[in-house]
Amino acid sequence: MNIIVLIKQVPLSSDIGMDEETGVILRESGNTKMNPYDLYALETALRIREKAGGKISVLTMGPPQAEQVVREAYMMGADYGYLLTDRAFAGSDVLATSYALSQALTHIGIGDLIICGKQTTDGDTAQVGVECSEFLGIPCITNVKRIIDIQPDAVTIESDMGMTIEHARITYPCLIAVDKDIYQPRLPSYRKKKATALLPVEKITLNQLKDQNTTRYGLTGSPTQVIKIFPPSRTSTHEIWEGEHLGRRLFALLRDGKHLQENV
Amino acid sequence: MNPVTYKKIGAEDIENLNRIIPDRTRIHVGDAIHPDYQHDELHALTGVPEILIEPISANETAAVVKYAASNNIPITPRGQGTGLVGGAVCLHGGIMLSLQKMNRILELDEDNVILTVEPGVLLMEITEYLEHKMLFYPPDPGEKSATIGGNISTNAGGMRAVKYGVTRDFVRALEVVLPDGEIVTLGGKVAKNSSGYSLKDLIIGSEGTLGIVTKAFLRLLPLPGVVTSMLIPFPDLDSAIATVPKIMKARQIPTAVEFMQKEVITAAAEYLGRQFPDSSSSAYLLVSYDGPTREFVDLALDEAAEIALANGAIDAFYSDTPERQDAVWKTRGTFLEAIKASTTEMDECDVVVPRSEIAAFIKFCHGLQEQYGVRIMSFGHAGDGNLHIYALRDNLGDDDWLSKLHNVFEAMYQRAKQVGGKVSGEHGIGYAKKNFLEESEVPEISRLFSQIKKAFDPRNIMNPGKVAG
Repeated sequence: MNIIVLIKQVPLSSDIGMDEETGVILRESGNTKMNPYDLYALETALRIREKAGGKISVLTMGPPQAEQVVREAYMMGADYGYLLTDRAFAGSDVLATSYALSQALTHIGIGDLIICGKQTTDGDTAQVGVECSEFLGIPCITNVKRIIDIQPDAVTIESDMGMTIEHARITYPCLIAVDKDIYQPRLPSYRKKKATALLPVEKITLNQLKDQNTTRYGLTGSPTQVIKIFPPSRTSTHEIWEGEHLGRRLFALLRDGKHLQENV
Repeated sequence: MNPVTYKKIGAEDIENLNRIIPDRTRIHVGDAIHPDYQHDELHALTGVPEILIEPISANETAAVVKYAASNNIPITPRGQGTGLVGGAVCLHGGIMLSLQKMNRILELDEDNVILTVEPGVLLMEITEYLEHKMLFYPPDPGEKSATIGGNISTNAGGMRAVKYGVTRDFVRALEVVLPDGEIVTLGGKVAKNSSGYSLKDLIIGSEGTLGIVTKAFLRLLPLPGVVTSMLIPFPDLDSAIATVPKIMKARQIPTAVEFMQKEVITAAAEYLGRQFPDSSSSAYLLVSYDGPTREFVDLALDEAAEIALANGAIDAFYSDTPERQDAVWKTRGTFLEAIKASTTEMDECDVVVPRSEIAAFIKFCHGLQEQYGVRIMSFGHAGDGNLHIYALRDNLGDDDWLSKLHNVFEAMYQRAKQVGGKVSGEHGIGYAKKNFLEESEVPEISRLFSQIKKAFDPRNIMNPGKVAG
């Protein structure tokens, strides 16, 4: 079974510098990490491989230093890694990114199962996976919270669609976007770091893609124009409660916020 | 000290104390005192205060102490009541003096890098206050909702003690109300001090038996830019602990070296309702480094990993992002609560032994589990030899529990003494460990303890019945 996991390098914390004039995130060297949601995707792939065997490839798009997240994926157990990198991709929005990734997936072979995280912590759109599947013409299920079964030709999953919990059997090739906490992601291993130090990360550039029309990529291929970018404002409020029945009141608040469920 | 008969608080005393504290919301008598004030986190020991007073200044504190001294009324100072040895429990009634309302951060002196606080400020409030100023107060006891006054009273330690030391190492000066009601400042905003006996250091760790801290001047350090940990699985506890001295001899000093065993991790993960990132092994070391840059810290981590692998570690895992640190350290931070939740009652042995003795000591303690039929769980600071070993009551009956607990603790403290250990690494003596302290020290030292207590508090009104009083 061939699994491909889409991963992305994001800023280490939400406490990042940002040039509000140019809209550019000030990325410091060494101040990045793998998108936390992608850790769940990679862990899902590793668990599936433990059961069904096969190979795991990871694919990321970004500047040359994004190789670091591929190496991190190696430290968690990925077998192959690809870095889609070309100046032509700079400034890509969701559509251009998804198109570039779908082209790269076609280049390396889409395998049986493509797994991505729910969203990224920097872009937060939760659209790249879905759009990739659209460009590839393969089925896609999002909000996957549980892998129920792995069969030779299909995967059965449980998906939390907000109002409903859906069970679905989806045949390969397909794409799933997994939820946070589907599994507890393992930590990167020092032994694997040493063992994969010489394992190459294959770079893919525009001239290797089937569609080399530059108007489909980067800024020119991006219908979205960013007018302004700024860190989200942090709001926190405090309430002080006094009086009686505070326990009940607290319970009601937690229940209404769907943090607790009432046993009926 | 000789037993003292204290004066019971009467209507006249209440009237007089009300004159000192005219705000009726800060003075409570009899049944109006919440039952929480009858115990600390060691629930087995209880005592009822006759009056609870919440001063808001050193002058108020001094006036109350002066009144108590001249009327032979005992005083028990108290912070958040998160202690584990009964230190903040009134054994002889009298006045409970809660410092919780003296909770202002008074000054950040950036030139001397000293933070001045009142004793009721919580540890977590200090962390929060300093975080965005790129400074930090290194002592890091697990109980973040404890007051700084309580931390000073017990000379609290915590996980970062390996690299930075304990509370005593970060207190430059203290304002103290002495048992006769006089206010003095011990130490100063100075980096060195060889001026006579260090009374400040006697007050630290004295658990409210020598005076009441009303202001603390804390030494701060620059906030390290990067803190990263490594979770290192070993096939057994012996090989994990045997690796610690080798890691300590590496080029960089770790910030923390914790040991943990599968059974405690499982209990904590269940308590939190979440999974731990690794469950492949029965024993782990959790090693942290801090430093100015990622590269600097990575070098230290890789060196520690090499040492660990050369000494039998199964692997070494990076915990290098906020999410990973949360998954690992949140579990570690829940050990005490999880163990508590797994049983009906428990008591803790907080011994500190030489690092070289940790593995043998833990093995000895777990042997007691079989020998006495009491469930025992442990975790602790492998980097500084401070262990937390818990005897768990489960379904034992009253007499059975008390006698087994006594025997088990007796055996543990005797063993600790044999290997050059001390009764308490960071929780203090309070009431619960008083006998063990006395047994562990030679008579000359016990006598010095008593004489020091007498020199400060000849009437024995300050937290009587605790430590050496």
